[in-house]
Amino acid sequence: MTHPDTSVASRPLPPASPAPIALPDIGLAQTRSLVLWRRFRRNRAALLGLILFVAVVLMAALADVVTPGDPLRIAGSPLTDPLTVASNPWGTDQLGRDIMSGIFHGARISLAIGVVATVISIAIGVVIGAVAGYFGGRIDGALMRVTEAFQTIPSFVLLLTLVAIFGSSIEIIVIAIGIVSWTAPARMVRAEFMSLRRREFVDAARNLGVSDMSIIFREILPNALPPVVVFASVVMANSILMESALAFLGLGDPNYASWGNMIGQGRAVLRTAWFCSVIPGIAILLTVLSFSLMGEGLNDALNPRQKR
Amino acid sequence: MSLLVPPLLTYTVRRMVQAIPIIILIMIGSFLLIKLAPGDTVDALVGDMGGADPAFVARLRAEYGLDQSVFVQLWRYMLKLVQLDFGWSYVYEQPVIEVLMSRLGNTLLLMVSSLVVAFTFGVALGAIAARRAYSWTDNMISTLGLVFYAMPSFFLSLLLILIFSVKLGWLPVGGIRTIGAFKTGWADVADVARHLVMPTAALSLIYLAFYMRLMRTSVLEVMDLDFVRTARAKGAGGARLMFHHVMRNALLPVVTLLGLQFSTVLGGSVVVETIFSLPGIGQLAYTSVVKRDLNTLMGIIALSSIIVVIVNVLTDLIYAWLDPRIELK
Amino acid sequence: MFATSRLRCRRGGDRPHALWDFNLTVGEGEIVCLVGESGSGKSLAANAVMRLLPEPHVRVSQGAINLDGQDLLSLSETEMRSIRGDRMAMIFQEPMTALNPQKTVGWQIDEVLRLHTNLNKAGRKARALEILGDVHIPAPASTYNAYPHQISGGQRQRVMIAMALVLKPRLIIADEPTTALDVTTQKQILKLIKDLQQAQGTGILFITHDFGVVAEIADRIAVLRLGELVEQGPAAQILRSPQHSYTRKLIAAVPALTPPPEKPASSEPLVLEARGLRKTFAARGGFLSGKRNPVIAVKDLSFQLRRGETLGVVGESGSGKTTVSRIVTRLLESDSGEVRIDGRDLISASKTELRALRKDIQMVFQDPMASLNPRRRVVELIAQGPIVQGVAKDVAHARARELLSLVELPPAAAERYPHEFSGGQRQRIGIARALAMEPRVIVADEPVSALDVSVQAQVLKLLADLRDRLHLSLLFVTHDLRVAAQLCDKVIVMSKGEIVEAGPTARVFANPEHPYTRSLLDSIPGRDWEPPVCNVA
Repeated sequence: MTHPDTSVASRPLPPASPAPIALPDIGLAQTRSLVLWRRFRRNRAALLGLILFVAVVLMAALADVVTPGDPLRIAGSPLTDPLTVASNPWGTDQLGRDIMSGIFHGARISLAIGVVATVISIAIGVVIGAVAGYFGGRIDGALMRVTEAFQTIPSFVLLLTLVAIFGSSIEIIVIAIGIVSWTAPARMVRAEFMSLRRREFVDAARNLGVSDMSIIFREILPNALPPVVVFASVVMANSILMESALAFLGLGDPNYASWGNMIGQGRAVLRTAWFCSVIPGIAILLTVLSFSLMGEGLNDALNPRQKR
Repeated sequence: MSLLVPPLLTYTVRRMVQAIPIIILIMIGSFLLIKLAPGDTVDALVGDMGGADPAFVARLRAEYGLDQSVFVQLWRYMLKLVQLDFGWSYVYEQPVIEVLMSRLGNTLLLMVSSLVVAFTFGVALGAIAARRAYSWTDNMISTLGLVFYAMPSFFLSLLLILIFSVKLGWLPVGGIRTIGAFKTGWADVADVARHLVMPTAALSLIYLAFYMRLMRTSVLEVMDLDFVRTARAKGAGGARLMFHHVMRNALLPVVTLLGLQFSTVLGGSVVVETIFSLPGIGQLAYTSVVKRDLNTLMGIIALSSIIVVIVNVLTDLIYAWLDPRIELK
Repeated sequence: MFATSRLRCRRGGDRPHALWDFNLTVGEGEIVCLVGESGSGKSLAANAVMRLLPEPHVRVSQGAINLDGQDLLSLSETEMRSIRGDRMAMIFQEPMTALNPQKTVGWQIDEVLRLHTNLNKAGRKARALEILGDVHIPAPASTYNAYPHQISGGQRQRVMIAMALVLKPRLIIADEPTTALDVTTQKQILKLIKDLQQAQGTGILFITHDFGVVAEIADRIAVLRLGELVEQGPAAQILRSPQHSYTRKLIAAVPALTPPPEKPASSEPLVLEARGLRKTFAARGGFLSGKRNPVIAVKDLSFQLRRGETLGVVGESGSGKTTVSRIVTRLLESDSGEVRIDGRDLISASKTELRALRKDIQMVFQDPMASLNPRRRVVELIAQGPIVQGVAKDVAHARARELLSLVELPPAAAERYPHEFSGGQRQRIGIARALAMEPRVIVADEPVSALDVSVQAQVLKLLADLRDRLHLSLLFVTHDLRVAAQLCDKVIVMSKGEIVEAGPTARVFANPEHPYTRSLLDSIPGRDWEPPVCNVA
């Protein structure tokens, strides 16, 4: 039912009055992401993180160019010290495998596992957190019980159990890491949604007749995403740590070179050839550090008020 | 009637009751995992015996209730769990619960010492960093925190062993006591403590970094709050302002994290206990995976869940004590 | 007694001097009101005087602050600490957050005495109980042991005052101490401050944005604008004949307390009708936590709104007036009752019917910052409703651009994001968004309470203008009786979820029948002051 007699559109609009209000003079070119990048760039620690990250990505990308061939093959005499033989610049392990090759190829595994597991856990976390935070009430109660149940089981023990039951192929490991680490993102997204849904723009959208799903994913989610992105760096760091711990214990996928596994194997020769475990250890340390630094920098760029 | 019960007790009981659905969910989850695992108890038994005829296998299945419907099996499984009957460990030739109990003490010792170290130093360093925010001290502490945070515990463990055991020879490489020493009294305590130094350091450092960063942010946030300005307008300052007004309020999120993360710390003990050959629950989890001892592994999940629930109730009580806005009634 | 001379404060950013040549004196027993809009630097001035600026970020760059002949700027931080809370004290705006939530009221008052006196424990407690009595706390002994969250907002502000006054300071700086309070509480607190100040001979620097409050208590007035004092003088003189154009503008923006004359009974059709609305909120709790009674937010509410009419819903916080605005738009489900728009019930409508009905009843929200999605451009915000209702995107966008001029915003605004606008401009965008749906009724929930007075006046004028031109009906929810007097033909006065009085605004304001309405009207700050009609140059 419409009311043509009172419809605004059917009547001529009153003449546009001269605009008495001046707009602040902000160039349209200065988009949000540009501002963010500028703030990020000013942060030296964050830049260092970015440089480290790019270095790891380059190592992963160029693994086949710099150190061609299977990293698990025997490439020199066992336990060559670093910086002594040109063909094995970072030395070899007790089986004669080239450490540099292992590091470069291991970067692939670490990054791949980190990225995929992070995507899985963030995706689960966003859906569960968004639904729980937006609808509240019983739905929230039920979903939070499930979240708490997952949080109650020590995640590494659950990871071990999943690997023990389903095997330790790389696909299973990635999915298992995703499954054991979605709870923290879910809680965070839920908290964001609970605070954002109280904001009046959500009421405004509902009042316009926008559907719930649209409100969740198109109104609230874009506003909740920045902290999620920051948090993804933490999840990423954790995933890499978990994978390497698994590989360290010898429970990783034996078909791939992995930093954790290299450290685990190097443990046996720790007394004589410390570099076998220290070099991959430093690789993990720097990779995880790069994510933390970038995450912090991004966080500071998003919340400039905290910075004096 | 409820007037006679102290509010603290009702609160504790209420929190315990709230944990029941979580425990039930975990029980259902672990049951599903067992069902999903390839092969069941009977397969394992038959495999051990090196094969048997089908009629015998069917009789065994009936004996173990494996021919019943899934729901009946779940119900029986849960009843057993409630009685702390986690089944039989074929590796240790003992009931799982006895294997667990013989190792629980060591793990709890490691947990408590690690958390005390992480919490105390984390809170103190975080507060100092926030107090001197953006200064040289702060940068130093914060950078150190980031490095601690990025350090995998197994790598740190190896470094510690390399330095303090291999090179310097100060501390034992592993174990909980010096083998064959049979010390008693204080000498025994000192011996255990010496064995725990490196595992504690390796396990606590990452959480120390967590608490430190959170405490720093939290203190900075609280220092901007209105009531701190009120306190300053009253003439309070220095240590008094810090301890009475800022620190206590800033502790709240740290305590929350302590509860949330306890299960992660417990998970971290797997790696550390394995490296330092500490006979605890974590090391047991590792050997169970290697030796495919599923019953023990499930027992570990159940037991650690119960511990985590208890610890969470404890942290809630600490939180309620710190924050009078939480009504105990 | 107290004076600042040529005080300047520096800070980073676009306006390096947050305070410029700030000269102000407060005599013994005098109340000086420092008036200014948001961003004028008035709170900064208060913190500068107490030397509580977030140094080195913001700092005093030159000038002097004198208290009884002592230059405060030359004191060390330790010496300054001994003066704060003893010879000068401060009262803040937000009673909810200004007290430490982890300490009892008694502990916090006791702290002042511990810091500045040598009294023993019993002596301090006796003094604290005495001052709690002086600020008319009903049960001093039990309040002494209470935590801040256990007492009401008004009582918390009394505790703040007790804390400030316990050592009989020479100067009190009160930073918007009543802004967060309801009018009736505000009246009591203002009276309390005045009484105690007269008894003790304390000088007060009273910071406020509200000329009504100024008229109520000021001895002298200083007007601050962008960090500079533009006018200073005796209260009576400035309130009667302000000299500076800015002061005039501020005073002219204060809505007069004279409602429009009562209109003859309207014969226009009924647009919105509410019958028997009821809403209770279930109190949280449950297993083992003991029973709690559900809170009744609105009980049995009925009203009628005709075309072109404005109905005001007035009341204090907790009266249920905001719940009303949420129920009639069905943003909140009511327990029972009906809301009819042109005879069609909104409450019982199905999901699809509801979507069509929403078009006819639109809302303008309180917080212009929170009510616009920061991630959408203005044109998308305005066109969103019509697009959801099925209008083609380009048509809706074209229409949105037309609406911008209707709410007096330049066309260039369309492509920008909400954060680029000021509060008043954002509220105009909100109005345009509501108008885009071509609604029959607009529900406005405190649409101007977050705005500065001068902006408030412009937005109110725009709303009234649009209502008359477009024959809209307005349901106007407000706590501010001055605003209600200016805009509403009829009002309903709510208290504790019930209508206590309803009728034409002119009649209700002139002859309030219910005692609650009377006390509300009595509490309007500066009600005896008639703002002078001054031409704003």
